Amino acid sequence: MSLNLFRRTKQLEQQIDNFFDILSESSVVYRLAVRIYLREGINQEFKERLERINTLESEADALRRSIEKQLYSDTLIPDSRGDVLGLIETVDQLFSQFEGSLWSLSIEQPNITKEYTDGFRKLTNMVVKAADELALSARAFFRSPYDVPAHNHKVMLYEKEADAISTKLKTAIFASDLELAEKLHLREFVEQIDGVADLAEDVADRLAIYAIKRLV
Amino acid sequence: MDPLILIFLSSGLFLGWALGANDAANVFGTAVGTKMVRWRTAAIICAVFIILGALVSGGGTTHTLGKLGAISALPGAFMTALSAALAVYSMTKSGLPVSTSQAIVGAIIGWNLFSGSPTDVNTLTKILSTWIICPVLSAFIAVILFKMHKFTSKRIRIHMIMADAYTRFALIIAGAFGAYSLGANNIANVIGVFIPGEPLPALQVGAFVFSSTQQLFLLGGLAIALGVFTYSKRVMMTVGDNLGRLSANAALIAVISHSIVLFMFASRGLEAWLAGHGLPTIPLVPVSSSQAVVGAVVGISVLQGAAGIRWSVLGKIVMGWVVTPVAACAICFFGLFFLQNVFGLAVQ
Repeated sequence: MSLNLFRRTKQLEQQIDNFFDILSESSVVYRLAVRIYLREGINQEFKERLERINTLESEADALRRSIEKQLYSDTLIPDSRGDVLGLIETVDQLFSQFEGSLWSLSIEQPNITKEYTDGFRKLTNMVVKAADELALSARAFFRSPYDVPAHNHKVMLYEKEADAISTKLKTAIFASDLELAEKLHLREFVEQIDGVADLAEDVADRLAIYAIKRLV
Repeated sequence: MDPLILIFLSSGLFLGWALGANDAANVFGTAVGTKMVRWRTAAIICAVFIILGALVSGGGTTHTLGKLGAISALPGAFMTALSAALAVYSMTKSGLPVSTSQAIVGAIIGWNLFSGSPTDVNTLTKILSTWIICPVLSAFIAVILFKMHKFTSKRIRIHMIMADAYTRFALIIAGAFGAYSLGANNIANVIGVFIPGEPLPALQVGAFVFSSTQQLFLLGGLAIALGVFTYSKRVMMTVGDNLGRLSANAALIAVISHSIVLFMFASRGLEAWLAGHGLPTIPLVPVSSSQAVVGAVVGISVLQGAAGIRWSVLGKIVMGWVVTPVAACAICFFGLFFLQNVFGLAVQ
């Protein structure tokens, strides 16, 4: 019974680690895809990245279901089960945000002119940093909850920085001579990309509470 | 064998059943209540180790109870155990936490008073002092263990899921140790008063001969195990809600502290080791399993800022500690009077 318990536990531990590996990989692929779009528009490489993001999102979904099922069927971590499920559900929204944002680029193909590419690139870099730091924070929650506040602090900093970049970018867009429709279209994409950092901050806020609960 | 003997023994067996039904929750209650361990697993481990503890290490505490009052007549022993059982039953019905150890001590003093036998003040003082020492010691051990756990958990980075598996495994090991200690320490409450009368004839099974005392230990252990199997589930499912909820790790520490304390007050080996090293020995006295757990929980709660303690519940528990022995003493005194004067049975 004990050996079986430890084997299943090891498998579940790996699945949780894989789930957050997917988060790290998704943020890298997302960053590369946006940079390709800003540089060359829709091309084969962008399509490959989009396909990869779709695959990662599906893998994350499958892992999420499997983790949820095991946590309930084996009645594991009764004290923290709700928190872990809440964490995984909200991180799952980040995968959807990555995927949705790239699909929108692919379908709507906004015209991002040269004077804004630098701002979009900076914004993308910053939100990806927030997502990466969130992945570290989530891993810390499972192994050393004492380290969660330090990672969360960085997530907040990156989110704040992303907000500043997005505000600057939107101000520049609306101060330009572009058509209103184009301005609104670009603003939509600024907000979509910035949404990644906002979501990362939401998850970090939850993590902060979950970590405190583990430490009490 | 005279069937009347079984009738007289029934009160002790009933007390054993009540002990198993209630005190198994102190060992496995939180583990089962939080679904960390299945009830069936807990019940089997609990029953096996209670019987083992009673058979292997039950002698020490029984000897101490015998010194408090050597009840030689079977009807007297019957009424003493029945009074303790009735006190336990009525206190449980009133929703007050109760200790079989205190009930049986109160009942024995009731017998002493009725029969005019002197109560050994030294033994009584020893027993009374353990009622205070037991929860305090349990709290102290729990605080040390909890601090050690905090210290190590900061340094050892185990994945939460793996830590959960280790906690489950540790709850089972600690539960087995707790059940063994419970059997060793509390068997005296169940059959201790019957031992001086030697009611059972020696039993030969093959090459082995079982004395009356050995048979009583086995019967008492089986009665406790029966209580575990028939009634402990409900108690286990509700335990932990009274004093405040515990995390799985805190529950594990509470169970370990409780088990260590019960073991310390029951182990002849430990007593001999301490004496051999010129250290003060720990009296072998039946202590309350519930008090030990309450002490551990309070210790952990105080360490966490005492925010989780419901002081009104704690007050009720302390009141129960006073009321139980007094009630058992009174019931026993009047019960013996009734038995002697109405049924004409010799109670001393």
